[in-house]
Amino acid sequence: MNDSAARNQTATDRLQRLLALVPYVVSRNVVGMAETAAAFGITERELVDDLNMLWCVELRSPDPYCPIDLSYEGGEIMISEAEAMDRPLRLGVDEACALLVALRMLAELPSIGDGSALSRTIAKLEAAAGNAGGPSAQVAVQMDHLAGQTAMAQITDALGRDRRLHISYYVHGRDEATERDVDPMRLLVVEGRTYLEGWCRRANAVRTFRLDRILALEVLDVAKEVPTGAQPVDVDGGLFRPSPEDVHVVLELGAAGRWVAEYFPCESAEETPDGRLRIMLRTPDTQMVRRLALRLGEDGRVISPPELAEQIAADAMAALEHYATQSIMDTAM
Amino acid sequence: MSRRKTERLLSLVVCLLSARRYLTAAQIRDAVPGYPDSFDAFKRMFERDKDELRELGIPLETGVNAGTEDEAGYRISRQAYELPDIRLEPDEAAVLGLAARVWRRAELAGAAEGALLKLRAAGIEAEDMSQPGIEPRLQTGEAAFGPLWEAVRDRRPVSFGYLAAGRSTSQQRLLEPWGVVNRRGRWYVVGHDRDRGEQRVFRLSRIAGSVTFIGPSGSVTVPPGTDVRGTVMAWDSEPPPVRTCRLRIRQGAGHGLRRHARSVTPARQSGWDEVEVTFTDLGWFAEQIASFGADVVVLEPMDLRDAVIGRLKGVLA
Repeated sequence: MNDSAARNQTATDRLQRLLALVPYVVSRNVVGMAETAAAFGITERELVDDLNMLWCVELRSPDPYCPIDLSYEGGEIMISEAEAMDRPLRLGVDEACALLVALRMLAELPSIGDGSALSRTIAKLEAAAGNAGGPSAQVAVQMDHLAGQTAMAQITDALGRDRRLHISYYVHGRDEATERDVDPMRLLVVEGRTYLEGWCRRANAVRTFRLDRILALEVLDVAKEVPTGAQPVDVDGGLFRPSPEDVHVVLELGAAGRWVAEYFPCESAEETPDGRLRIMLRTPDTQMVRRLALRLGEDGRVISPPELAEQIAADAMAALEHYATQSIMDTAM
Repeated sequence: MSRRKTERLLSLVVCLLSARRYLTAAQIRDAVPGYPDSFDAFKRMFERDKDELRELGIPLETGVNAGTEDEAGYRISRQAYELPDIRLEPDEAAVLGLAARVWRRAELAGAAEGALLKLRAAGIEAEDMSQPGIEPRLQTGEAAFGPLWEAVRDRRPVSFGYLAAGRSTSQQRLLEPWGVVNRRGRWYVVGHDRDRGEQRVFRLSRIAGSVTFIGPSGSVTVPPGTDVRGTVMAWDSEPPPVRTCRLRIRQGAGHGLRRHARSVTPARQSGWDEVEVTFTDLGWFAEQIASFGADVVVLEPMDLRDAVIGRLKGVLA
C-alpha cells in the first residue's frame, strides 16, 4: 500500500494500544511504569507519551471537559477518571479465533497439565468472545496421535522432576539405532511433530529428537545437568540450521518426486524446460541423500556433486546384485 | 500527521462511548477537536474515521434518538464495545500465554498478540505464565493460508491454481471453502468444488500462484453438520488391506524396518536376518525398502520384489 496507508496503520495501531492501556491500569488500580511498558512492548518514554496523550483528551462541547484523569508520579501509574473507557474492546474475529484454535490444538497434546485448565480456559474464552469465536470451528489442527504418547508422558515426568533420560534413538538418515543419555530441556511441537530438546551427553551439544523415532526411553534416577551455556533451539527460526560444513546437493525431480521440495528445506527451486523441478538442498549428511535418491528411483536424480551421483549409482548396483544372484535360492524355500 | 490523527480518533471514541444519546455529525464536530472547519472537508474526514474505527472492530451504531425528529446520529454502545468480564485462574492464564505463542511468526501472530493485550487489559496476568517445558508452534509457510482463512472466515468463494499430486501443470479450481485443517504440520482446505460439483480437499502447499475471491462475503453456506477435521482425516487415510512380506536384512542395519517387524530370525547366510513385516501401500513400501540399498533384500511377495527392483533400476536409468 502507499505511504498514507502505512501512516494510517500506525495511527490505528496506537489507538488500539491507548484503548487497552486505560483498562490495563484501571483493572490493577496502581501499576508500575516499567511493568506496563514491558506488557505493551514499548519503552517507558513511549509509555509517558501515551499517558500524556490520554491525559490531554479534551471534548469541547457542550462544555469543555477532560474525560481522563491520571498520574504517573514516582514510577507508578494511577487513573482516577476514565469515563466509559475502563473496559477493553471486545475481541475481534481473528483475535478470538487465533487463541481458540491454538487452545484446541494444545488440548490435543496429552501432556498439558491434567487438561482441565485447558477446557476451563476454552470455555471462558468462548463465552467472552461471543460470536467472534464462531469461525474458529472451521479451523482444526490435528496432532500426530500415534507417535510417542508414552514417551511424551515420561519426558514430561522427567522435566517435572529434573531427571536424566536414557534413549535409544533411530537416526533415520544413517539407518542407525543409537544409545544416549539426554538431559531434557523442552518438548517442542513443530510442524505437527513432537521433539525432545535436550543436552545430549553423547554429542555434548543441544540436540532435538523426534519422538516417533525414540525406540526406547527410560527415566534415570539421576539429576539432569544442562550446562548453563546450552542454547535452546530458536523454534521460530526453523529446526534445520544450515552449517558452513553442509554439502550443497542439486537434485532434479520428476512429477512423482516433487514432494521432496515440500519435505526438505530447499535453498532454491526452479522449473526446468523439460518439466522437472531442480532443487538445491544443504545437508550435513550425504548418507541421507543417498538413501533419498535410492527411494526416488527415476523420479529424482542427483546432479551434483558428481561424486555423490556416482556413489548412488554404485549403491543401486550393489542392491540389484542381490536380486540377480540369490533370487532362486531364497524364494524356493 | 499520524499523531494528530491518533488524538482525533481517541477523542472521537471517548466522545461516542460516553454519549448517552445519538450524536449528530454536527455535534461530533463541535465536541471533537481536530476536524477542519469546512463542513464538507469535515464530512469526508469523518467518513474515513468511521470506517477505520469499524475496521478495528469498534461497534459504531447509527440511529435516531427516540421521541425526537433529529437527523440520524452516532454512538458506541458500551455493552457492544466492552469485552465481557473474564477471570482466569493462574493455571488458565498459563495455558493462555502458551496458546498465544503458538502462532508466533505465523499468519495469526498479530491477532493472537492483540487478543492477549486485550485480556491483559481486562486484568489477566498472562505474563505470570509458568514454563511448562513445552513449546508448541503452528506454521503457516503456505502463502495461500492468509487468503483462505479470510475466505473461510467471511464465507467467500475463491479461485486458485492447483498442482495435483503427480502433475506438472496446475489447473484452475473454483471452491466454496468450508474450513482449513492442519494435519501433521500441513494445511488443507475443505469445501465444495464448483466444477466437480462435490466436496474436495486441497493441500495448501500445492496451490500455485494467488488465491482470488470470486464472490461477496456471506455467499458461501457451510452445510450443517459439516466436520472439516473429520473430512481431512478421512481424505487420505482409508485403511487399505494389510499384507505381509519376508525380507532379508543385514544384521545391524534396517532399523527402520525392524522396528515394525512381526518376527526376526537369523537367516541361513551368516550376518543376515530374515524379517517378517506388514505393509499396506506397495509403492510407498517399495520406495522405503529401496532406500536401504544393499542392506535389505525382498524375498517375497513377487510384486513387492519387482517394485523394488524397478525403483533401483530407475536410479541407473
